[in-house]
Amino acid sequence: MAGEEAGEIDFDVIVIGGGVAGAVCAYQLARAGKQVVLIERGEQPGSKNLSGGVFYCRVMEQVFPNFVDDAPIERRITRNVLSFLNPTSHFNIDYWDQRLAEPVNAVTVLRARLDAWLSEKCEEAGVMVMSGVRVDSLLFEGDQVVGVKAGEDELHAHVVVAADGVNSFIAQGAGIRAKEAPQSLAVGVKSVIGLPRTVIEDRFNLTGDNGVAYAVVGDCTQAVAGGGFLYTNKESVSVGVVLRLDDLEAKGLTSSEVHDHFLQHPAIAPLLRDGELREYGCHLTIENGPRMVSHDVTRPGLIIIGDAAGFTLNTGLTIRGMDLAAGSGIAAAKTIVRALELGSYGQQAMDDYRNQLDATFVGADMKTYARAPEFLEVPRMYKEYGLLLADIFHDIYNHDTTPRKHIAATAFGAFKRSKMKLFTTIGDVLKGVRAL
Amino acid sequence: MTGFGDVTQRLAGNSYTVDEESHIEIDQDLARKTGTGKLLVKVCPAHVYSENEDGTISVIFAACMECGTCLAVASPGSLKWHYPNGGFGIAFREG
Repeated sequence: MAGEEAGEIDFDVIVIGGGVAGAVCAYQLARAGKQVVLIERGEQPGSKNLSGGVFYCRVMEQVFPNFVDDAPIERRITRNVLSFLNPTSHFNIDYWDQRLAEPVNAVTVLRARLDAWLSEKCEEAGVMVMSGVRVDSLLFEGDQVVGVKAGEDELHAHVVVAADGVNSFIAQGAGIRAKEAPQSLAVGVKSVIGLPRTVIEDRFNLTGDNGVAYAVVGDCTQAVAGGGFLYTNKESVSVGVVLRLDDLEAKGLTSSEVHDHFLQHPAIAPLLRDGELREYGCHLTIENGPRMVSHDVTRPGLIIIGDAAGFTLNTGLTIRGMDLAAGSGIAAAKTIVRALELGSYGQQAMDDYRNQLDATFVGADMKTYARAPEFLEVPRMYKEYGLLLADIFHDIYNHDTTPRKHIAATAFGAFKRSKMKLFTTIGDVLKGVRAL
Repeated sequence: MTGFGDVTQRLAGNSYTVDEESHIEIDQDLARKTGTGKLLVKVCPAHVYSENEDGTISVIFAACMECGTCLAVASPGSLKWHYPNGGFGIAFREG
């Protein structure tokens, strides 16, 4: 590898990072007959990767027609619970619908297994998977990216794809991304708790391979902006918190203690009882994907995909990353196949990537939910509204021999006691309606 | 405590291939002046950072789970953090 003259090409394409985005992109390129190397810094693809949400996996049918049957998925999500959590109460919206499994719309995955499988598929398609190698920097000729440097080694290619995750040192090195603002980022802290299959099914009212995903807001984070999550795998439960960095700092809390507080919460602890810790992990995640993606996502000879580009969407109800990663990987592969056919790798050829993105749900959804992060900045989401919901229902169910009131009067009474201003709340509702 | 052990006990169950050289370097003066040191102690889920009695920050790089949160909150110049060499560091078995 070392010592080759500039201008000589080792591969058509170098993909940096063996997560969902990188593996899907590399696979699509190899299937189109291109020479591809996938470089992964972990000892094997998946060993550095960690997710904290479900995989809305319909997009994978474009790549693997039998994805749900063939891939090592955990459970098919047919039940979604949105939970407003308070210290001694919760208000849950519990939505179960068997139609969500016909066809399967969302699955839970453990990334060490899924990503290893994806890289096997890449190898079968002819991708050279190079694990245990950290790419240190890009190689430039003028402003054209022509390869990568890893230690003493240099590799040259027509196009480089940066799929190196949320911290993307590659995108930073290309001058595309500067340091992100703390309010655009959040730290996820997660435990995987092992439980017998039958216990999970009984405890969560599940049958077969069906599963549940909880999105929790409120006391799960001790009112830090962000949320809690819990979802079932085959024989474990993934549970944890996501904490927006600016608010974590402002509230002066310790991330591991917020995680522990959630797992010990009286509404959560019984779900984990007698479980065994399989793994404790963490991951940085993006709270304002739309803002990040509004940066450039290309340079001459370079395309950024997945988390590295900012393709994450948190609407409060759904938290998406892996589907957008796959979608951006597919879009990038289309652009690159076209560029290779034309023999043109400059900025103009790379710009086609935006068009490819905009032609799919990836580009469209990033625009639709552009205001979601602003809505999620409403601090009342993380405390007051959960308490208000519980107060309303407490007044409804707590028969203390005082005369009953009509439900509208009950709700208004609870609202008045909450000391929130009516106009503020109307404003929050309008913000939510516009953003989601 | 959650019944799942403290953070140190939890990390002992994780899989690491520890490199000889640290991938984390802290500027003690800047970390102290800017408050970054105390902040790192709180945000890092792996408790890589701890404050000594003299106000300096100790770094146990071997515990790092490579999320990058420390770098995201550190004031400019107070922390050098990059990924460990290829093949080293945390190896998630679940993820």
